[in-house]
Amino acid sequence: MTANSPSVFLLMINGQIEGANFPEYDDLYCKYCFVYGHDWAPTSGLEEGISQITSKGRDSPHRLVWNFPLEITFKSTNPLGWPQIVVSVYGPDTFGNDVVRGYGATHIPITPGQHTRTIPMFVPESTSRLQKFTSWLLGRRPEFTDPKVVAQGEGREVTRVSSQGFVTLSFNIVTKDTKRLGYDTTATETTHTHPVAAGFGPGNQTLSM
Amino acid sequence: MASSSDLREKLRKKRRALQHSLQVKDDVDADTQALVPTDRSQSKETAQRDMEELTAGEEEPGDTLRRNLKAQRLRRRRKLEEASVDDKSMVEPFHETVGEVTAVQQISQSDEKPVEPCVVSSPAQSQRGDLPPRPQAKPVPGSSHSESSTMRQRMKDKLKAARSKAESLLQQEASQDGPASRLQSLKDRHTLTRFDRETDADLRGGGDDHPSSLNVKVKFREAVRRVRVDSKSEMGLPTAEEAYNFFTFDFDPEPDEETRKGQKRRTRPEGENEEGEDGGDDDEEKEEEDKEEVTEVDREHQGEDEERDDNAPLMRDEEEELFLIDQSADDFLVFKRAEYMGYQRRLQSENELLFTPSFLTVPASSKVPENMKPRYLEEEGLYVGERPPMSLTNQNILENRILKQEQGRKWFGDDGRIMALPDPIKESSTRPPLFHIEDDLDPALQTVYRKALVSKHASQYISVGGETNGDYQLDVDVSGLIFSHHPLFSQEHVLGSRLVQLYDQHLSRQHRNLTEHLTTKLNGLRNTIGNMLEVHGGQRLTPVMQQRISEYKQEVRNTRRLRDLEQEKDRTLLKGIVKIWKEIKALRDFQRFTNTPYKLYLRREEVERASDVREYEAEIQAEVDELLDEMEEDYQRKVTEYRRQQEEWKVWRRKQRAKNKKKKKTQSQLDDNEDDEDNDDDDRTDGEAEPGPPKPKPPEEPDMEGVEKQVSEKASRIRRKPGEPILVPELTASGPITPNEQCPRGEFARREDVAKRSIFIKVLYNDKEVSRTDNRSLNSDFRVHFGQIFNLKIVNWPESIKLQVFEVLGLSTTLLADVFVPVPESSILTGSAPSEELVFSSNLRVMFDHEAVGSDVPFSFEVDGSNRQTLLTSGKLSCSVSWAVGEDDVPLAPPTTQPKPMYSGLKQLDAIASIGASGLNDMKKLGEWATESRLDPNDPNNADIMQLLKVASSGEVTAPDYFRLEQLQEEFNFVSEEDLEQSRRFRLLRLRNQEVAEFRNYKFVPAMEREVTDKVFEEYERRLKEGEIVDTKGHLDAHRALVAKHLHKIRESIINRFLIAKHHFIMSDLVQEEQVPTIGILGLNLFKLAEPKRPLKPQRKERKKVTAQNLSDGDIRLLLNIIRAYDIPVRKPSVNKPAVTSKSTRSFTETLTAGQSQRATQGSDWLLNQVQVRPFVEVSFQRSVLQTTTADGPNPCWNEDLQLPFSAPNGDYSTANLQSMKDEIFINIFDEVQYELGGDGEDRGKEVHTRLEKHWLGSVKIPFSTIYFQSRIDGTFKVDTPPVLLGYSKERSLASDGGYDAVRSLTEGAFITLFITIEPQLVPGETIREKFESQESEGLLLASEVFERDAAVHFPDRPCLTTVININGKTVFITRYLRPLNPPQELLDAFPNSPQEATDLIARYVSLIPSLPDSVSFAGVCDLWSTCDQFLTLLAGDEEEHAVLLCNYFLSMGKKAWLIIGTAIPEGPTTYVLTYEQNRYLIWNPSSGQYYGQYDTFCPLQTVGCLVSADNVWLNTQAYTSPLRIRFDVTKAKLWKPFFSRAFPNPGLSSVQPEELVYRHTDQAAAAELQDRIEKILKEKIMEWRPRNPTRWNRYCTSTLRHFLPKLELSRGRDVADEHRLELQSLLGDYRISGFPLHLPFSEVRPIVEAVYSTGVHNVEASNVEFALAVHVHAYPNNVLSVWVYLASLIRMR
Repeated sequence: MTANSPSVFLLMINGQIEGANFPEYDDLYCKYCFVYGHDWAPTSGLEEGISQITSKGRDSPHRLVWNFPLEITFKSTNPLGWPQIVVSVYGPDTFGNDVVRGYGATHIPITPGQHTRTIPMFVPESTSRLQKFTSWLLGRRPEFTDPKVVAQGEGREVTRVSSQGFVTLSFNIVTKDTKRLGYDTTATETTHTHPVAAGFGPGNQTLSM
Repeated sequence: MASSSDLREKLRKKRRALQHSLQVKDDVDADTQALVPTDRSQSKETAQRDMEELTAGEEEPGDTLRRNLKAQRLRRRRKLEEASVDDKSMVEPFHETVGEVTAVQQISQSDEKPVEPCVVSSPAQSQRGDLPPRPQAKPVPGSSHSESSTMRQRMKDKLKAARSKAESLLQQEASQDGPASRLQSLKDRHTLTRFDRETDADLRGGGDDHPSSLNVKVKFREAVRRVRVDSKSEMGLPTAEEAYNFFTFDFDPEPDEETRKGQKRRTRPEGENEEGEDGGDDDEEKEEEDKEEVTEVDREHQGEDEERDDNAPLMRDEEEELFLIDQSADDFLVFKRAEYMGYQRRLQSENELLFTPSFLTVPASSKVPENMKPRYLEEEGLYVGERPPMSLTNQNILENRILKQEQGRKWFGDDGRIMALPDPIKESSTRPPLFHIEDDLDPALQTVYRKALVSKHASQYISVGGETNGDYQLDVDVSGLIFSHHPLFSQEHVLGSRLVQLYDQHLSRQHRNLTEHLTTKLNGLRNTIGNMLEVHGGQRLTPVMQQRISEYKQEVRNTRRLRDLEQEKDRTLLKGIVKIWKEIKALRDFQRFTNTPYKLYLRREEVERASDVREYEAEIQAEVDELLDEMEEDYQRKVTEYRRQQEEWKVWRRKQRAKNKKKKKTQSQLDDNEDDEDNDDDDRTDGEAEPGPPKPKPPEEPDMEGVEKQVSEKASRIRRKPGEPILVPELTASGPITPNEQCPRGEFARREDVAKRSIFIKVLYNDKEVSRTDNRSLNSDFRVHFGQIFNLKIVNWPESIKLQVFEVLGLSTTLLADVFVPVPESSILTGSAPSEELVFSSNLRVMFDHEAVGSDVPFSFEVDGSNRQTLLTSGKLSCSVSWAVGEDDVPLAPPTTQPKPMYSGLKQLDAIASIGASGLNDMKKLGEWATESRLDPNDPNNADIMQLLKVASSGEVTAPDYFRLEQLQEEFNFVSEEDLEQSRRFRLLRLRNQEVAEFRNYKFVPAMEREVTDKVFEEYERRLKEGEIVDTKGHLDAHRALVAKHLHKIRESIINRFLIAKHHFIMSDLVQEEQVPTIGILGLNLFKLAEPKRPLKPQRKERKKVTAQNLSDGDIRLLLNIIRAYDIPVRKPSVNKPAVTSKSTRSFTETLTAGQSQRATQGSDWLLNQVQVRPFVEVSFQRSVLQTTTADGPNPCWNEDLQLPFSAPNGDYSTANLQSMKDEIFINIFDEVQYELGGDGEDRGKEVHTRLEKHWLGSVKIPFSTIYFQSRIDGTFKVDTPPVLLGYSKERSLASDGGYDAVRSLTEGAFITLFITIEPQLVPGETIREKFESQESEGLLLASEVFERDAAVHFPDRPCLTTVININGKTVFITRYLRPLNPPQELLDAFPNSPQEATDLIARYVSLIPSLPDSVSFAGVCDLWSTCDQFLTLLAGDEEEHAVLLCNYFLSMGKKAWLIIGTAIPEGPTTYVLTYEQNRYLIWNPSSGQYYGQYDTFCPLQTVGCLVSADNVWLNTQAYTSPLRIRFDVTKAKLWKPFFSRAFPNPGLSSVQPEELVYRHTDQAAAAELQDRIEKILKEKIMEWRPRNPTRWNRYCTSTLRHFLPKLELSRGRDVADEHRLELQSLLGDYRISGFPLHLPFSEVRPIVEAVYSTGVHNVEASNVEFALAVHVHAYPNNVLSVWVYLASLIRMR
């Protein structure tokens, strides 16, 4: 655990859910959570959050702004299961029922620095027209059992989704000790080499020690 | 014409329709025939017209309007007709007629209304028909509108007059004439107007058919015709009103318009025939004639048509019209039947008209041209793309439709299919996804798509292998180009360039000087031969020599031929040069200017004549000699050949002659001849035309003189004549060019044009332009010099270097040609690279109006334009491409070791393999695969593979000689396989990925190898080892160990199955969706609105279920509500009481009534001596223990909530993990006993020391999985109490609680009421949706599915089971499990006289088989049913196996037995056994061996879902499910729904059970050994559990207990307490003893230890405590062991 030979690397995420573009909906709020693998653990910061409700402004009729900050630090021993952020957006429908307006997920950028991500959002579709109608009527749209579903690939083939809008996120990534553990995520001047192939395991570092 | 006539026809039809409608309206007498109404309507029309013209007041206003309309319409039509009228010259006759008619008209006006029947129909009709044009007299030239109308009238009148005249004539002829008829005709006159043409035909027809009235008719016709013609001609321009009406009038729709059209079309030929007769008629009339032939249907509408029918109607008409006298204006109304065309007829007529393409496939023969077979291009190996999909029906329809058309066949290809382009639709979308939300921009402005480009060069960088860093440079030197033809060439240029070409050729030939070379060679050969002959002169040559000489000669011959050829070429070249030069000169003379600087000098080289001649002749001579030699040889060879043939021929000849004697004479002559020939070879014989082999011809003798002549001729042709000077052409470009001003205009324009043009060259590298040369203007000599060198620094692999020649004229740039330059070898370096001349050409067609010849344009040099030739732009580009040399003389060429992508076979191989044809690294295999998969070699998609195959077959690419299963794997391997194996970290990662149970949720695999300790794997490795080595020690029994191993294996395989199945998701796993509410739910919701907000008796509401996956430790708690208990054993006073009754012989009835008897006997003085019991409940779960407060009395009421924390193993809260949890909740009831400890003497009275002891009274075990699946457990459970509790008695309170006790005490034992649930509620896992394979018939499976589904729909709370899964994972129908099976004989023999005892014993035997809930072990919820023999072999099973075995035993004992599929507490869904005995139903719990009456309140069975017998399955369809409230009579169809019914009989399913069970005798010695071992282990354990206190064993007590245990076993734990107590009497005096026997089925030691531990006997802290422990193992057949453990703690009182 000395500074010379770290056993974990740290990934610090500062950022915000800047806003969204849902052309048809208004008064939306969003929730976020992180999905990460077994070898990851948040060391500080909030893992989940729920934002304020925002309405569309008069001068930017398409833009919903949350500016909801994200701040979390992960520690990990293994890039497998790199954290993903899952954003789900909710808002009232025409009858005032709170329904889901979109799910989306993206991996946290792996390279340090500032990043902006625009995630397309989608919602699951009803299984039948009748269902669709009743769900519209009753305000109980189909939802994922768990928003984290959108961060996993398994079992998605049984769902049908329709796209809804976009959410923009910005990240400021700081990593610590990734290089020391053999994970070189920064781009070198020769961009055509595969950055990931450099080290999945402990790599040269371990061997050299 | 056609269109106009069509239009006209349409109008006519409209009109007719209108007329019909009028007729219907107006008709007065409906019964008159069709003819009459029409007449009437016609008359109306007349009136109309009158109205229009005269505004006659007598008509009704309504009529007026109608008529107006009609008239207008008529006029309109006429206009149209007018357009088609040819002869307008007939106007004049009309005028005449008008004059005549005037008078008559007045008459008719006055008295026309009293209508008379028409006298003669046809003439009248004809007039009528002719009339219509008349009313529209306007078109008469010069006449105004009014004039025209008067004119029309006049004409009408005239016609009337004429008609009346004719009629009167006819009347005289005809029989029934009268004034009426005349009047009618007059009246009709007007109506006729519209039907002019028809009448004509009628006239014709009638005239032909009735010669009798011919003359009359003819006359009349003539008149009519005149009128008609007039009428036609009078039709003029329409008035504005008419025109307006024409376009705006809303015609009545005509229903059967189409039909009529069709009919017309059909009848046209007839009309045409008639036309022939009536040549004078114009087209319109033809039209009308056609109409005449309309079928009867039409005639019904159109009376006039009918009239026109041949003779028969004539008469009729007359007759009918007789009745038309005295018609009033109203009478003109005509009633008509509604028009109806029979369906069949309509169909028929529609069929004529409509074409319905057939669905049937068109035979191929009709799709291809006659006498041709469909030609399938695929079969011929041509590539045929895939057609877009189209349904066969549609295709057939289309084909049929196309074929119907003219030239339909042109749409079909050679293969008889409709021509179609390949399907253009790409399978994958190529459009990039939308990603722009940089809004506030107009969306239209925002998105700019660029066409997706495959970045071909992405992977073609010359990878940076090291320090050179890809510093490669390619030098492209473009020195210049020369046009060999250019559109701007003048003729002289063309010649000049040709001259230059020839000269170049000459130079190059001269350079090579082949002629000289060959001549020398020839001379050398000749000398050799000469030498050889000389050396061996005269001597006989050896065969070797001869051979060599002949070889030499052959060589000489060849060389000579070659030399001659070359010489000839030289000569022709020279001649050509001279000729073209002459042409140029001629041209220059002709055009009087010079364009080209070429000048040809012929340099003469004088030779010495004499020697030259000598040489020449010597040469000729030598050649001649040689030739002669050769000829001689040839001749000799031929002669031999001839001789041989001659012989053959003669033989044949002789045979012939023998046959043919008549011709003998001639033959003999011939023979003589032949004989002569034989003698003289040189003599020639004539070839006689005889059958048989041809008579061979003797070879010709070589012509020696000819040879010499030939040689000299040839020599003169191809060689310079002797003494002639050698001409050496020299071409110079030094000639003067005529300056521009001296040139004629054409040439000047050309030169101007040339001067305007310039040329530049683009350099393209890998199809990208990298640079271009300067513009260089085109010189008059059409040479462009660039002399530029481009240095290309490259990073991509060079694939192509291309130079594009562009010509610039003004601003426009034309690409002349592409010149591809080969990529240089890396050895070609700048400086050493030769300049290459690359020929290019362009097929651009260019033409000029000046002197230039243009390109691709034929031109001629001759004046007369003959000998035309066409030249294309072409030229030579000289350039060189080479690799640059660096400063330090290092070539800047990329290393050749790197395979170039374009030619790399290896790379492509892997690419192919990666697209799907894996493992095809072997080229042979690839080829096989290509043939197998029928790759179309012509499909452009496969071009790569085909190319590769070709290359491979040519052997240029060697396939790798190794085989890789995953080709790309190697690239992903970051460490070697060995490292991967050795590294603990990687191992850990891999195991976790494989979801090995120990590592499934392992968190934080360390990043460093050194941090992974071997400890992590210890458990896993131990487990692995256990799988192999049977740990006999843990199991105490070899057989058990084997069984355990087997069980473990099954479990593993099943778990693996489920692990796979777990990854199959269904919609509801991922998406929560509201169910569509049914009416029922809606209704309930409505009711809910009316519900009281706080009901008096609230019901438990369903809590929201939580999916397990988003839980973590501490989220889940286990809630227990311990309410109360009954019949807790009470402490016995130490005073002993004698036993009351012995109940050694009991029957079922006795048992059931035992309570009463006991109560009666025992309860007498119990109250007085009662010692308090202070029970409390201790709940332990996952090693956390909670307890309630202590209550008092045997029926305590706690009503306490306990919350136990719950944590899933490994922190994995997934459903599967929770399901597989084996933890149990132990609910133990203890008695809290307080002992006073005597203090020290002096303190006595002041201090009281008490010791609290807890004495175990009983326990309830509930597995967690049950709670998990049930989500809550609510009920009263029987407390598992030991049969004997020392110091306690199970006396029941007799009098205390009155009525309730009476019921309660029916069964023995203590009971506890509990409510257990999990907070929050977890969603239990779904059953595995894996469809298991089955050997059952499909029908049965389907029926069972339907049955189960029905049950689930109608009775959702009733478990219904028809098919189960056997241990091999196959679906088996449930009844197959039931079959009478023999129980162990010794059990039956035990109580030969008492079947009840035997039954009891058997139930006990079954219950002794250890229970292993498979839903726990198999994590997958679905029950696995093993057969009885498997069950007995495994000695472990679920309730089902117990139930099946018990049921089978009962069946074999002759009992009526069923399986009950139902739910019970605490098991949940389970299986019980139902028997019918002594008119009562008994419910057996197979796992405990207990039985209950149907009406037993404490029966754990709560729900009866269905009953299963060996034959059938019955579903409970009664209103209730509780066994208390249902009837078990399965014969009642109302109460039980059978699976197999009359509709679906039992197919006679065979049983899966064995015929007979074979039991092994249990080794009693082994049992004894086991007994000792268990005892030893338990003693050790107890000592271990008491680490701080010494554990003393009371030997005496132990032995007493040991003696007692077998008795317990014999009595199966019943009614021995009293005797036992007596036995212990002696001890009890000294000791306070508390203890109990535990009874367990034996499976392993661990559960026994657990059970002992849970009693807490060891917890006694008293210093003087002693223990007693006895173990008894009783062996039943087949290794079923019953284990008794007696535990007691003794405390010495004094």
